[in-house]
Amino acid sequence: MKKRKPNPYRDQYRVWYPFHSPDDPCPPIAKQYVVPPNQFLGFQPPNLPQFSKHEALIKGTLWPIFYSPYPPKKWRDKDGT
Amino acid sequence: MWIYEKKLQYPVKVSQCNPHLAKLLIEQYGGADGELAAALRYLNQRYTIPDKVKGLLTDIGTEEFAHLEMIATMVYKLTKDATKEQIKAAGLEEHYVNHDLSLFYQSAAGNPFTATYIQSKGDPIADLYEDIAAEEKARATYQWLIDLSDDPDINDSLKFLREREIVHSQRFREAVELLKEYQGQKKFF
Repeated sequence: MKKRKPNPYRDQYRVWYPFHSPDDPCPPIAKQYVVPPNQFLGFQPPNLPQFSKHEALIKGTLWPIFYSPYPPKKWRDKDGT
Repeated sequence: MWIYEKKLQYPVKVSQCNPHLAKLLIEQYGGADGELAAALRYLNQRYTIPDKVKGLLTDIGTEEFAHLEMIATMVYKLTKDATKEQIKAAGLEEHYVNHDLSLFYQSAAGNPFTATYIQSKGDPIADLYEDIAAEEKARATYQWLIDLSDDPDINDSLKFLREREIVHSQRFREAVELLKEYQGQKKFF
């Protein structure tokens, strides 16, 4: 598979791996957090593409670029699987 | 673990006998946007923040304790030789009946310090934005203290502390930028 560059508007999760001691009793879990897309846009430019009115009502925003779906958290082990 | 140096981060000198100013400065000691709240906030949040900004929270949280010590020194110097009449004139009677002239973690309005002043949300972006807001509020508090203080030596120290808030805010903003990166992440979700 070709290595792709992350797209911050699509790939909103960040993953990190805290230090895990051999003495820690539980197996390590990768930590994750979401960076919502508004963090990258700054002041909103005019004339952005819009959702349909019905879709905007469901999603909570008129603009796809601001949409942060917050998919269900997957509890991953150290290898990200 | 900490290593203690028995000196202040920046000198504190008092030029006027002004116990009333101590009553105002206590806001930065035990107030909502004070140095104690800042130190406890950062040193607590750092356990669950990503590694790449953990050191920043440790360093700034430690410096806030150095600031707390400076404020304590100011309050102590401003009140230690106050007479009974000066205590009454400065409105410190309520403090005196409860604490004598010892320091206490409370706001300028006399509200005791509470953990509800600080938050630890667990979301790194939310926590760092709280930290940035806290620094800006502390900077504003220093400005209003400088406005009300006529003591040039105290104001010199307060201006130093105000400038440190600006630097801390800048560092936290940079930390947000670091958290936005995908550094070391092999898969994208």
